[in-house]
Amino acid sequence: MRPPSLLSLTLDSALLRIAHIADLSHLPDHLVIDLFRVEKVLKLFLATGCEEIILAVQLLNIKQPLKMSSGIQDSEVDIVIAALQPNLNTFFEAWRPFFSRFHIIVVKDPDMAEDLKIPTGFDLKVYTKADIDGVLGASSINFSGHSCRYFGYLVSRKKYVISIDDNCLPAKDAAGSTVDAVAQHMTNLKTPATPFFFNTLYDPYRKGADFVRGYPFSLREGVECMLSCGLWLHNADYDPMTHVVKRNQRNTTYVDAVMTVPLGAMMPVSGINVAFNREVLGPVMFPGLRLRNEGKHRWDTLEDIWNGLCAKVVCDSLGYGMKTGLPYVMRSDAEAGKALESLKEWEGVKVMDDVLPFFQSLKLSRTAVTVEDCVKELASIVREKLGPKNAVFTKAADAMVEWNNLWKSHGAHHA
Amino acid sequence: MASASRAATPLLKDELDIVIPTIRNLDFLEMWRPFFQPYHLIIVQDGDPNKTIRVPEGFDYELYNRNDINRILGPKASCISFKDSACRCFGYMVSKKKYIYTIDDDCFVAKDPSGKDINALEQHIKNLLSPSTPFFFNTLYDPYRDGADFVRGYPFSLREGVPTAVSHGLWLNIPDYDAPTQLVKPLERNTRYVDAILTIPKGTLFPMCGMNLAFDRELIGPAMYFGLMGDGQPIGRYDDMWAGWCTKVITDHLGLGVKTGLPYIWHSKASNPFVNLKKEYNGIFWQEELIPFFQSVSMPKEATTVQKCYLELAKQVRAKLGKVDGYFNKLADSMVTWIEAWDELNPPKGGVATANGPPKK
Repeated sequence: MRPPSLLSLTLDSALLRIAHIADLSHLPDHLVIDLFRVEKVLKLFLATGCEEIILAVQLLNIKQPLKMSSGIQDSEVDIVIAALQPNLNTFFEAWRPFFSRFHIIVVKDPDMAEDLKIPTGFDLKVYTKADIDGVLGASSINFSGHSCRYFGYLVSRKKYVISIDDNCLPAKDAAGSTVDAVAQHMTNLKTPATPFFFNTLYDPYRKGADFVRGYPFSLREGVECMLSCGLWLHNADYDPMTHVVKRNQRNTTYVDAVMTVPLGAMMPVSGINVAFNREVLGPVMFPGLRLRNEGKHRWDTLEDIWNGLCAKVVCDSLGYGMKTGLPYVMRSDAEAGKALESLKEWEGVKVMDDVLPFFQSLKLSRTAVTVEDCVKELASIVREKLGPKNAVFTKAADAMVEWNNLWKSHGAHHA
Repeated sequence: MASASRAATPLLKDELDIVIPTIRNLDFLEMWRPFFQPYHLIIVQDGDPNKTIRVPEGFDYELYNRNDINRILGPKASCISFKDSACRCFGYMVSKKKYIYTIDDDCFVAKDPSGKDINALEQHIKNLLSPSTPFFFNTLYDPYRDGADFVRGYPFSLREGVPTAVSHGLWLNIPDYDAPTQLVKPLERNTRYVDAILTIPKGTLFPMCGMNLAFDRELIGPAMYFGLMGDGQPIGRYDDMWAGWCTKVITDHLGLGVKTGLPYIWHSKASNPFVNLKKEYNGIFWQEELIPFFQSVSMPKEATTVQKCYLELAKQVRAKLGKVDGYFNKLADSMVTWIEAWDELNPPKGGVATANGPPKK
């Protein structure tokens, strides 16, 4: 569609002569990196199969050409479930049609004494407090309550993780069919995200949709989607104030859309129904922020919100995308009355208002080219800028650093 | 906390004008009669001024053809496009109302999934009268809608929102695709009803379609210039896009909001993709330069009104886009002419036109 630019013509003619160029060592590194960022050049070099080149590309953390059409294999996915209640029979029976193909990791809340009840017929492994202590030994990270599922992320050996809260069941769409949340998350992760320009018809890769008039062609390839944030019908993910004030409100609107959250836009990622590329994003998927009176209800926590904000900053910095929207899950009522108790001490109000200006002005340095580097930098900025406001942030920075170490020793392998 | 509005949406019939550009006839108004009849229409007749446009009985309207535009604006009429629906922005300029709804003459009433006719105007009014939330994305979309709210983790200091300047609606049936996409997918129809309204985040650009659009004229009117298109111009079908990018940059700077999503209308006519390709051709290449330009625009602190922002934008268009094509120098000139014409026809009431609180109901 575009006429060739001077740059592309130059590259084309250079590529014709590439066989005569024996040695690139006289080129400064940053030029080689920029050269390899041109997909045509990168493909050509990778096609040689030369190990040194492949190693160099990996060391420079250059993104390999997007393989848009490859699907996600079932064997690449782990389903991670945090068990905060002992009886998971209803949960697993309801999800059986959608979970049975996959390997499942169940992490039992270390604070929970009762034994878990899980139906048979799943390829499933349970991790308990004993395992957490055994694998990690003394760790400064507190894995109790909703944070236990991050242990599941750590010990998973798969490329993708899908995680759903244990009080959520499959939802029905507007036509009355049961939603396969797992399949939808996989679709979200395998199709590109489009963070640089908003498409008014939402996900352009969905059947029956496309990019609209006015959407620049150069942006239509998209970028890799690293995180898929799903939604909830019935009992929506509100803070305790809203639960108390609107105790009878239920979410009945099924919004049939998936969309990319634009570059620079911050969003609250709810851990209730989430999926991500563990291989890439793992080091930033940590339980960093822990409220002083964190309880067992979702409204007692902000660990997923904090996690999501950090992940979004990292994705924005590294050129990855995050999607939100479908799939829905059906979330059952928690004891809404309990929200009133949580209200008394809910630190979350203050914390989010401290956090907001921080994230709005955050820009990671260009030299942070891996997720680990970004997390390291983020942790030190958090410690420096937010630590003085509230000790909870200093602890978060500690947890982020600790997670990075744990990831290196326990998480960074894959099958 | 967002309060659920149980009261009926106000009609605003004395505060809203409906602006319709047309070159053929206005038969489509018959279908809209139940929803449009209370309102004043401003019809901007494009093309041959000697042709008589038939307006269905019972509508209160004023009609302007090219002769009227030339008479009213004099030499400044050069900024209003000819032989392109971009001429509709003349209607925004002459309106005396607070709100504008603009719709194309091939857009009809759509039905929602339950089969009920959609009152698009009512939804636009709802959108404009409730705040926007550009500083943080709400995963349950519009938190002010009945049945929704801000989700956990949404900062409390942001829950008041900001005034909404623009409500961008969508289209069922013929989607708003560019010519290349139309050529590749001639049979694709938009059948998906997405039951959401959302605020486009600050700093994010979007392609604004003028087919089903409403805005607060007092908050953002001067930015809604639809550019130089059509007869004698090297580009067409980018009028609304241009207005949308300018508008978004300015609303971002002034702390106003832009919403997109509901309502849907039914878009009935697919224009000829080969004709469209000729019109859009330059636009397709130029938009590659335009997007980085708009993404990197920065407004000085002193630009506190829409007009000041717009004039600053015109300066930057001339400085940075003039080298892409001489057309942009002409466009920059006409952007200035537009503001001059706007201010002439809309002398300031002694107040500064910036966002100053929620719009009155």
